[in-house]
Amino acid sequence: MHTSIGAVAERPFARRLLAATAGLALGLAAALPARAQDTIKVGILHSLSGTMAISETTLKDVMLMLIEEQNKKGGLLGKKLEAVVVDPASNWPLFAEKARELITKDKVAAVFGCWTSVSRKSVLPVFKELNNILFYPVQYEGEESERNVFYTGAAPNQQAIPAVDYLMSKDGGEAKRWVLAGTDYVYPRTTNKILEAYLKQKGVADSDIMINYTPFGHSDWQTIVSDIKKFGSAGKKTAVVSTINGDANVPFYKELGNQGVKATDIPVVAFSVGEEELAGIDTKPLLGHLAAWNYFESIKSPINDKFIADWQTFIKNPKRVTNDPMEAHFIGFAMWVKAVEKAGTTDPDKVIDALPGIEAPNLTSGTSKMLPNHHITKPVFIGEVRADGQFDVVWKTPGLVPGDAWSDFLPGSKDLEADWVTLKCGNYNTVTKKCGGAS
Amino acid sequence: MRAFGDRFVALVFVLGLVAASMTVARAGPYEDALAHFAADSFSDTADGINGVVASGNPLAATVIGALQEGRLLFSAQGKRVLIRDRSDKLIDAATGAPIDGAAPADLAPVRLNNRLRGLVEASVGSLTLMAPDPGKRLEAARAVFKSRDANALPALNQAIAKETDPRVKQALVEARAAVLLYSDSASDADKLEAISVIRQRGDQEALGLLSGLPGNASPAVKQAAADAAAAVQKGLLIWNALQNTWYGLSLGSVLLLAAIGLAITFGVMGVINMAHGEMVMIGAYTTFVVQEVIRAKNPALFGYSLAIAVPLAFLVAGGIGVLVERGIIRFLYGRPLETLLATWGLSLILQQAVRTVFGPTNKDVGNPSWMSGSFDLGQITVTYNRLWIIVFTLLIFAGLLGLLRFTRLGLEMRAVTQNRTMAASMGIKTSRIDALTFGLGSGIAGLAGVALSQIDNVSPNLGQGYIIDSFLVVVFGGVGNLWGTLVGAFTLGIANKFLEPFAGAVLGKIAILVLIILFIQKRPRGLFALKGRAVEA
Repeated sequence: MHTSIGAVAERPFARRLLAATAGLALGLAAALPARAQDTIKVGILHSLSGTMAISETTLKDVMLMLIEEQNKKGGLLGKKLEAVVVDPASNWPLFAEKARELITKDKVAAVFGCWTSVSRKSVLPVFKELNNILFYPVQYEGEESERNVFYTGAAPNQQAIPAVDYLMSKDGGEAKRWVLAGTDYVYPRTTNKILEAYLKQKGVADSDIMINYTPFGHSDWQTIVSDIKKFGSAGKKTAVVSTINGDANVPFYKELGNQGVKATDIPVVAFSVGEEELAGIDTKPLLGHLAAWNYFESIKSPINDKFIADWQTFIKNPKRVTNDPMEAHFIGFAMWVKAVEKAGTTDPDKVIDALPGIEAPNLTSGTSKMLPNHHITKPVFIGEVRADGQFDVVWKTPGLVPGDAWSDFLPGSKDLEADWVTLKCGNYNTVTKKCGGAS
Repeated sequence: MRAFGDRFVALVFVLGLVAASMTVARAGPYEDALAHFAADSFSDTADGINGVVASGNPLAATVIGALQEGRLLFSAQGKRVLIRDRSDKLIDAATGAPIDGAAPADLAPVRLNNRLRGLVEASVGSLTLMAPDPGKRLEAARAVFKSRDANALPALNQAIAKETDPRVKQALVEARAAVLLYSDSASDADKLEAISVIRQRGDQEALGLLSGLPGNASPAVKQAAADAAAAVQKGLLIWNALQNTWYGLSLGSVLLLAAIGLAITFGVMGVINMAHGEMVMIGAYTTFVVQEVIRAKNPALFGYSLAIAVPLAFLVAGGIGVLVERGIIRFLYGRPLETLLATWGLSLILQQAVRTVFGPTNKDVGNPSWMSGSFDLGQITVTYNRLWIIVFTLLIFAGLLGLLRFTRLGLEMRAVTQNRTMAASMGIKTSRIDALTFGLGSGIAGLAGVALSQIDNVSPNLGQGYIIDSFLVVVFGGVGNLWGTLVGAFTLGIANKFLEPFAGAVLGKIAILVLIILFIQKRPRGLFALKGRAVEA
């Protein structure tokens, strides 16, 4: 994931060359079919089949809605926007292929897409090589900042750390013992590494932290839930931090409910469970379990009310819920539109330079800002599960939290800084004063 | 700044209270406490709960009960607190009388968070220790056991003296012991007695109480607690092994359920059926559709939704199975590679078809009340859904065995799979039997889907999670042998559950795979190999 030193040293030249080529290509593309092409194409790279379709199909639909709305307002730079939808089918190498197809064949101006970290990693080289823009809308493990990617989901400091802070507070129950349970892949492993370092820094002993990983789609949670119960009956208040992904959550929560683990005894705070995931379970036994996000559907604000109404009209289903990654696309798309208007062109280099500093309203009545490290500022909310499958916000950060690409709690990354405005670098080492990542 | 802000808020709040107490005719500690609920802040609500409980007002239990069930409402503007009773009438919490006039427009339920919910539970406990219903008293005693609220001690002593129900009395005595053990004022003799009571209880919570003792306890008490904790732990070891066995049986039953249909299509017929998981998924979606129809037309039937879904799932999945056999598989007999590819493609088509029709998101299949919750058997927690799945699986297994053994269809199936040409020359329509056998296997997969919808996601991917495990079970148990499938499933389940606590879920799964590979090297035909002519068929 870190770029090698050699590649970085050559980068400015390579980039100029790339930019020149891209510019030339764009110029040619614009010159040749100039009359026919009166639309700006926007790529949508979300899985519509396979295991991730459950989460990503919704994001494809929300992008179509946002593009339609923008067109109703008169499009962008006097042209209509045109959505180009491809299906990478939850297949990571196919993500790279489809990204290439979107950029070279369809000549899209920007791409909104990906859900899993592995799919993002798989398309990264394509976006770098062909110099295009990716808006990535999902909360992720951090430890990355690329020139061509804009991260509109939460970095760990915008979700995981505030959630742990809440559980340590009086209202959160002053938890002293911690279970970090996750699915066995990069996001939970990195997040748990950060959390473990953070907890130890807060004086939590090794014996008070239990870390547990399960395979994707794990469905038999009996042993783990009873282990959590056992771990939780050592006389200290225990909390579970869950980075369990996707489909495995439903059987996990069902088992918690059936074994009678109540939120008042052992609260579970989840980072991957939102309104969509809860739509598949009876939430009455889960009352009071927690989730940390930057958006909840239940938050009352005029802009959110409008968004929910628009969404339910667009999808023609008054029961469909909204969730955090949808808001991330809402913010990301608005930012891209503003940046294109500011730059007066959809040329990726100009838009990439225009994006930092752009502000756009988020759905919880604040204004998010694109930072020089290509992450955005967001509020953090802790919600408790209600009986109707929605969340009741019980805590929020006082202001907006700026996304931090490199965690301050990991030895390898605490000296790193990402800044694409002044430093022009995604992994600037503040100790060695070099752009090139961890020593 | 913050301190000033707090002070300012406090000042405003006091002013508000004064104003409120002027309007409320007879202000007392109870009314003051009630006013806290109208402030819509968690810390005020906590003060309100404590105040109401301490006031001793006869309405206290009603107010706290309503708060627990989300029926305590407040109007921020009118500074009023109301109770919505079970018949949907509004009652003034201050007087207990129905309100006259219209309800305030800004009524909202008083919100709770986890901390407050715990506080409410404890308060309900101390308020309902003397309730007439023994079930309520038992719940109250357990709540106090958990909260260890020292203020509940007098009420506990009173309740113990009056209690006649032995179960409730035991719970009350344990609650008293828990309170004493953690109280600062109790004597060492009391604490030692409390420790012996808790030691008798011998479960996980007792262990928690004993090992979490506060640091200021005397050395004698600490020693006694440590001894008791060690004893409890020892007792729990055996229960742990039993618990693991139970989990293993339960996992085994799920494996068996998923594999049993495959034991017919792959085991008996020899068709490598990669679309088996999708038949399970179709069964689960049938359950979903049945429940949707019941919810829309006749919600009273919900408790029977699974019973209704069982035959339907069998017919739907079985019917699709027959179509698949007639349309695809029958052209591919004897060509395992093509069968594998064709059924794999079919599984993708079925998945995407379901995704297009029902949408990609999980579907909510409800658990009827008899499928949720758990009961304690000694120190083992037995969840109802797992218990019923074991029963259901064994019933299916017995039914299938009976069908193969005692019916004409079963006889013909065995005849065709053992010696096709001979069976044909005896006048059996082999192609019809092939279709029916495949339909039977698929139908049973559909039945599995009904059960799995109770413990897993109902999504288009449901089947994928079970296909590998199903093949493992059938191959491990011995292809073509139903008993082998049974033994194989339970062996794998129990082995998995005994490995998991040591190795973790990921490594446990890998270890099982490695063990099976080694086993297959030694015995390529599985646990129970078929002998004789059937092998060559």
